[in-house]
Amino acid sequence: MRRAGGRLKRRVRLVELAHARSGDKGDTANIGLIARRPADYPILVKQVTAARVARHFKGMITGKVERFELPNLHALNFLLHGALDGGGTISLKTDAQGKVFSTALLRMAIEAPR
Amino acid sequence: MTSHPPPPSPVRIAAGQGFWGDWLEAPYRQVTGGPVDYLMMDYLAEVTMSILQKQKSRDPALGYAKDFIPLMERILPILVERRIKVTANAGGVNPRACAAAVAETARTLGLRGKLKIGVVTGDDLLERLDGLLARGHDLRNLDTGRPLRDVRDRVLSANAYLGAWPLVDALRKGADVVITGRVTDTGLTLAPLIHACGWQPDSWDLLAAGTVAGHIIECGAQASGGNCLVDWERIPDLANVGYPIVEARPDGTFDIVKHARTGGRISVAGVTEQLVYEMGDPREYITPDCVADFTTIDLRQMGKDRVRVSGVRGRPATDKLKVSVAYFYGYKAVGTLVYAWPDALKKAQAADRILRQRLEDLGLAFESIHTEFVGVNATHGRLALDDSDAAQAPEVQLRVGVRSREQGPVERFTREIAPLILNGPPSVTGFAGGRPKPEEIVAYWPALIDKRMVEPCVERVDV
Repeated sequence: MRRAGGRLKRRVRLVELAHARSGDKGDTANIGLIARRPADYPILVKQVTAARVARHFKGMITGKVERFELPNLHALNFLLHGALDGGGTISLKTDAQGKVFSTALLRMAIEAPR
Repeated sequence: MTSHPPPPSPVRIAAGQGFWGDWLEAPYRQVTGGPVDYLMMDYLAEVTMSILQKQKSRDPALGYAKDFIPLMERILPILVERRIKVTANAGGVNPRACAAAVAETARTLGLRGKLKIGVVTGDDLLERLDGLLARGHDLRNLDTGRPLRDVRDRVLSANAYLGAWPLVDALRKGADVVITGRVTDTGLTLAPLIHACGWQPDSWDLLAAGTVAGHIIECGAQASGGNCLVDWERIPDLANVGYPIVEARPDGTFDIVKHARTGGRISVAGVTEQLVYEMGDPREYITPDCVADFTTIDLRQMGKDRVRVSGVRGRPATDKLKVSVAYFYGYKAVGTLVYAWPDALKKAQAADRILRQRLEDLGLAFESIHTEFVGVNATHGRLALDDSDAAQAPEVQLRVGVRSREQGPVERFTREIAPLILNGPPSVTGFAGGRPKPEEIVAYWPALIDKRMVEPCVERVDV
């Protein structure tokens, strides 16, 4: 627990504030990250940036991270390029189609209001 | 805000199969569990076409989703009695043969004169490939930019993704069952909506709405409680999960529902998860029929197991079609062994080092060697290793995969797993499956082609 910007914050895993589903397009994994409560969407927009996600997955993906906003669905969509060891049939990974990549993102620690 | 009551009978399109291999009970339950007008079934994953092409090259009467025939045998009498129409891309690389097999089945069931089958072809570009390349259509890989001629001699199948309009044509010609080859997943749902609601080729918002409807139900139960993270333990009766149904009105608004007395859950959370599934730029969901803007979608829970979708905006379609090419890439194999406590992870790590050294000492060259410790890091990589109590794991599965352009090294690798049981680290088991088998890799090559180069063909077969 700490004070930031004059408001009490707590550090939580992203899974407490969001849910997600992921899939593949070739060697690119997509992660759709959705706020569990619409009111928490701005927290995701502010803290779960493309740069932050790229750091989170450092060493696990070879390409860049793109982020798109869907305020209507209180969701963010991330494209993780070079995430699937070639993707689809080429990949040697258990998760060759990135089906559970989303849950790895939900491990990220973020700051939430108390 | 005022709202008008929906017209008495919206058009109802039921999802029956989200992929080839999906639950066989789903289509039967969709056509018997309550009123539906259309049954939509998606069979074709990206590399399915190459498998079907191979089957067709051995037997010209094959090359379609064979499971479709016994399924149709089971439900055809119900379809005819209840006047339910079907759209399915089960035709693979041989829609005409698929239609002939369905027609034969219908005759055997005594349905002569009671069924019309529409066949959509024209997506198959394999025979035309050299001509297209010669005329300057490079079919460059959308991911890498390389021209197709780099792998031309290894191409196994090439299909353009057709949109909804050829299916609309078939429905207008009176088809009760429309069988296609490579058609977009969304087109299978959009076509009945266009046909039933009288939408025009340039009603972009409506076409986008129908495309969104198709995207929501194209993966079957993934929109009705399957594979949904939110409160997953409280999703009722997944054993009897109801597959999703689009209940649409001509103004382009629609509800996602399921039959009464089925399990699963239709919620905003679940529908949202499906909307973002396999999503690229949400402002540009490109299909042959339109460009849908997913940032305009409004979702609202309208009661238990009913989510309303409205507000969808669309833009004109592009002048290109996506082409899916499958080509032979090489070989791969995956070997696994299970190590038990104590030190399960350390034993598995030691075995991996020994295995890699032996592969190196044998002088085997691989494009890639990939190691995972299942139970520790297979799905979350180092993110999991950091904070899991891996050292105390009761067991860890060592999973090593190799990939090569040549068969020889992969074949040799498969013989290096079993010896580790007796000549490697202790407490190892889980080799009942025997030596791993080398697998041929058929890879996927996405490209674009000028729309004018592809001419869909629609025929009608009367039973």
